[in-house]
Amino acid sequence: MTPITTALSVRGLTKCYDRPAVDELDLTIRGREFYSLLGPNGAGKTTTLRMVAGLLKPDAGAISIFGVDALADPVSAKRMTAWVSDEPMIYDKLTPIEYLEFVAGLWGIEAKTAEARADDLCSWLGLAPHARERCEGFSKGMKQKVALAGALVHEPRLIILDEPLTGLDARSARLVKDVLAERVRNGATVIMTTHILEVAERMAERIGVIANGRLIAEGTLAELRQMAGRGESSLEDIFLDITEAASAAA
Amino acid sequence: MSQPGTLAWFARHEIRLAWRDFISMITAGRRRRTIGIVIGFVIFAALMHALANYVVGGFADVGIDPERDVLVYVTAIGILSSSLMISQALEAVTRAFYARADLDLILTSPVVAPKVFAIRIAAIAFTTFAMAVLLAGPFINILIIKGGTRWLTAYGMVAVAACVSTALAVAITILLFHLIGPRRARFVAQVVAAIVGAIFVIGLQAAAILSNGTISRFAVLQSEKLAEILPPVDSAWWLPARAMTGDLDALIPVLGVALLALAGAIALFATRFADYAIATAGVTELRLTGPARERRFRALSAMQVLRRKEWTLLLRDPWLISQTLMQLLYLLPPALLLWRKFGEEGDVITVIVPIIVVATGQLAGGLAWLAVSGEDAPDLIATAPVPGRMIIRAKVEAVLGAIAIVSAPLIVLLALSAPWAALVTAAAIAIAAIASTMIQLMFRGQAKRSHFRRRQTSSRVATFAEALSSMTWAATAGLAAAGTWLAIGSAMAALMVLAVAWMIHPRPPRPVAAPG
Repeated sequence: MTPITTALSVRGLTKCYDRPAVDELDLTIRGREFYSLLGPNGAGKTTTLRMVAGLLKPDAGAISIFGVDALADPVSAKRMTAWVSDEPMIYDKLTPIEYLEFVAGLWGIEAKTAEARADDLCSWLGLAPHARERCEGFSKGMKQKVALAGALVHEPRLIILDEPLTGLDARSARLVKDVLAERVRNGATVIMTTHILEVAERMAERIGVIANGRLIAEGTLAELRQMAGRGESSLEDIFLDITEAASAAA
Repeated sequence: MSQPGTLAWFARHEIRLAWRDFISMITAGRRRRTIGIVIGFVIFAALMHALANYVVGGFADVGIDPERDVLVYVTAIGILSSSLMISQALEAVTRAFYARADLDLILTSPVVAPKVFAIRIAAIAFTTFAMAVLLAGPFINILIIKGGTRWLTAYGMVAVAACVSTALAVAITILLFHLIGPRRARFVAQVVAAIVGAIFVIGLQAAAILSNGTISRFAVLQSEKLAEILPPVDSAWWLPARAMTGDLDALIPVLGVALLALAGAIALFATRFADYAIATAGVTELRLTGPARERRFRALSAMQVLRRKEWTLLLRDPWLISQTLMQLLYLLPPALLLWRKFGEEGDVITVIVPIIVVATGQLAGGLAWLAVSGEDAPDLIATAPVPGRMIIRAKVEAVLGAIAIVSAPLIVLLALSAPWAALVTAAAIAIAAIASTMIQLMFRGQAKRSHFRRRQTSSRVATFAEALSSMTWAATAGLAAAGTWLAIGSAMAALMVLAVAWMIHPRPPRPVAAPG
């Protein structure tokens, strides 16, 4: 049996703007785990993930990705991670294949391997018929699929996704979920924020709930139910209970 | 308070939008800077009046019945100004067609769409007039102060130019829609706008060079050939020029014709405007397919893929190329002069050197903005396992490479007739380009490439520093080419510009202490 490693360890992570957005957050995500980070708007989910991805400098705290100190050695940490946001940021003037070639080049993937992976991803995500068209005319869903393919082409060990299903149609959303589940089966770790609680309920092995920049609840769905004292309730009911209690306490 | 849905109500709405757009452009969207902007505006107005006094102060006593030479000059200035106004109006009309969110609301509302477009065309004429007054106002004011109230007719002529420019802009855009369809009309209209804005200045210089061998814009206006083909002094062709110089009797018919032209454009095109706006509904961007042939992935380093990306994105965006390389049009006159004066060395060379340096410095600024701040996938670049230094190096290399390609032919041409000047120019181009890129790096922001047009308002300090840097390096090059030690002083001034830019450039905010 493969020993369980720690994919992501966050300790005392803090980021303040005019008020603390992330407040001494501690978080541990195991390797090969699908982890869903939930929270109301403005809870600090995106700020946390942007700090983990190296897009934002924390004011205090430590981030370790597969044992690599992400703040001291960001390049090594980035080599193992991929970031996908809700707003697909890709180059309109490149074709999906050219975009994937560019991303693979940045991550130093060997050309032949990258090409094979790019072809696989394009056919898997339904991009193949448009693989050689420029992205400028693509719908948001198509662009999101290109961005996801870019995140996967270098086979990251940790995939960080911030609301990746926003604006996707049912078929595209299903495709993305299938791709992520397959990646986890093949050994990747996924941390994803979402407001679609059914997705977290169905896909995540563990769920973390964040409010006011702090982790207020964490566990499997069964553990969260137990914590909230609700037998067979849906995640939505549990989430509302937990966040309302946190909001009342604040 | 006007009744909702009426023309007056729509007019108020359009003026409010135009005003907020203007304020946003001036303040770069930061309302807190309003007081600073007001102070800046007052200083700008004072400086413009001082400049106007220097330029036109001596012409205030031009008689109400001027000679033909004066009429020729005034007409030329009028056409020059109008070409810029047509350019501005074309931009505004294109924006009015493709401002999707706004159009969706209008076209799905129960109001009569042509009514809205009629107001919108009138609003474009008004904003074109207002922008022109901002620049021409100080000159007219000086003429009024020194020459009397008869010069008020010049404001009337600004209104004439705004009406005619808007009517022409609407007609050109509708024609483009009709001829090439909504997909390409946007791009072509923007290119036409940029060319129209530059063509008259360049055309005058080119004509002067080819006929007289001088770079002066006005030399061609004094030529005998032109005098032969121009109409007599009492011709109606000179009415606009007469109106500009204070002749109220001339202004009335000219203003009448202009208002008729605008009213005609509104009556003719407001309905079509609505039809074409619906036609653009399905058009987002020009969609082009990539190379059809199967292409293998190339084994490139991170540095190479970054460099290739910069080049590919630049070459694939014709609008950006047109906007960026438009500055190169201004290199045509010196290139022509070089060709005419081939083999000669002397004063002409020392005039050409700074022109080339300032144009390439400005071009470098535009390219540097695209490479440094105009990044469409900033998250991807920031999360890539590539050191920040490498990313910056790749971007700077792409900028300098483009500048090298653009300036090489001119340097070679210059080297054939003046090797020392060519050497100085090459060095100055490299330094000016590096300086412009450094300024962009100091003031870098984050924006989409499509926001290129707004780059000058996102950081006015950067724009000003970039222009000042290019000009001081150009002066240094000119002085060095002339062989004077004054070049050292000018170089020191150029370095001072960089130093000041470094001192005032925005620093990342310090982290706020975490509680506990």
